[in-house]
Amino acid sequence: MSQELLNKAVADSMKQDVPQFEVGDTVKVHCRIIEGEKQRIQMFIGTVIARSNGGIAETFTVRRIVNNAGVERTFPIHSPKVADIEVVRRGKTRRAKLYYLRDRVGKATRIKEIRAPSKKERAAAEAAAKAKAESQAVEEAAPAEQVPVAAEE
Amino acid sequence: MKQVKKMQPALLGKKIGMTQVYDDNGVLHPVTVVQAGPCKVLQVKTEETDGYNAVQLGFGDVKCHRATQPIIGHCGKVGAGPLAYIREIRCEEMPQKEAGQDMTVDCFEGVEVVDVVGTTKGKGMAGVMKRHNFGGQLASHGVKRKHRSPGSINGHATNLGTGPKIKKGKRMAGRMGGGKQTTRKHRLVKIDKDNNLLLIKGSVPGPNGGWVTVRKSKTARVKA
Repeated sequence: MSQELLNKAVADSMKQDVPQFEVGDTVKVHCRIIEGEKQRIQMFIGTVIARSNGGIAETFTVRRIVNNAGVERTFPIHSPKVADIEVVRRGKTRRAKLYYLRDRVGKATRIKEIRAPSKKERAAAEAAAKAKAESQAVEEAAPAEQVPVAAEE
Repeated sequence: MKQVKKMQPALLGKKIGMTQVYDDNGVLHPVTVVQAGPCKVLQVKTEETDGYNAVQLGFGDVKCHRATQPIIGHCGKVGAGPLAYIREIRCEEMPQKEAGQDMTVDCFEGVEVVDVVGTTKGKGMAGVMKRHNFGGQLASHGVKRKHRSPGSINGHATNLGTGPKIKKGKRMAGRMGGGKQTTRKHRLVKIDKDNNLLLIKGSVPGPNGGWVTVRKSKTARVKA
């Protein structure tokens, strides 16, 4: 009951349209920068190495290399100052936190990509599925004919 | 200063817990969520009948078998079930309220700063460092087994001037917490009318689920 009320209290402050992204993904964070009266958007591109906390307090940490120096920024997901989060590349990981990247440089920091299937691959997959369905249909039809024979015996 | 005669906005409520909210400028505020009201006006006290002006409010349902007969009868006069938390709000002038009325968070509209009265969490027997923010003794330099002790309590300085007793009210170790406390000048960040919630900046006394009284701040200076 009390947790429900807390959720209701923060409902207005929470974003409804947070894009789905996970640890290991490369993201482009649109940061809203307010300088006096003016406002502009600055990009920060890097690898998500952690997501922590939950609810309105949820944050994610993005790491990138700038001038041979590692830079990490932690953003609160629901902050109005984070204007948008774009997923550039999906990464495959076996860890929830990629802190090991801090000890690595160059090629060792690569993360395996989860690719969305290309047009060619999708066509091939569809063809394979179709062929399988057809062969199954043939198999199903064949035993059906044999059933009455078996019954006569 | 001219005294304000009207009844100041005040409500009884229940502390729900703490969380965070963003304001319009994107600044994150730590807030305590208080479920305030709707409160029942149980009795209106006036100078003629009671010697002072006040509104008695009640909040929080209790089961009849857990309430006392006097409470059941008192609340029953205005057609309410027994209420758990009953407090009076003093007014300068005769209050424009009637017994049986409901008061909701609407009364806090336009209020920016509030005070909160609650009962603090009991800490049990506590030493002087925790209870009165004493400095304690050194960690080394010959200090032995006395690191958190208060030190001398000035044996010869008494209320009489000098003598064998110590001054009254000397701060020492003892029971801490579990008493009434008022925290002042909290910014009222948001009023949620749909859910009867007040979002009050900062922490307020007491555990989650504890009863609190929220009122318009008495001490905050109003910007002209």
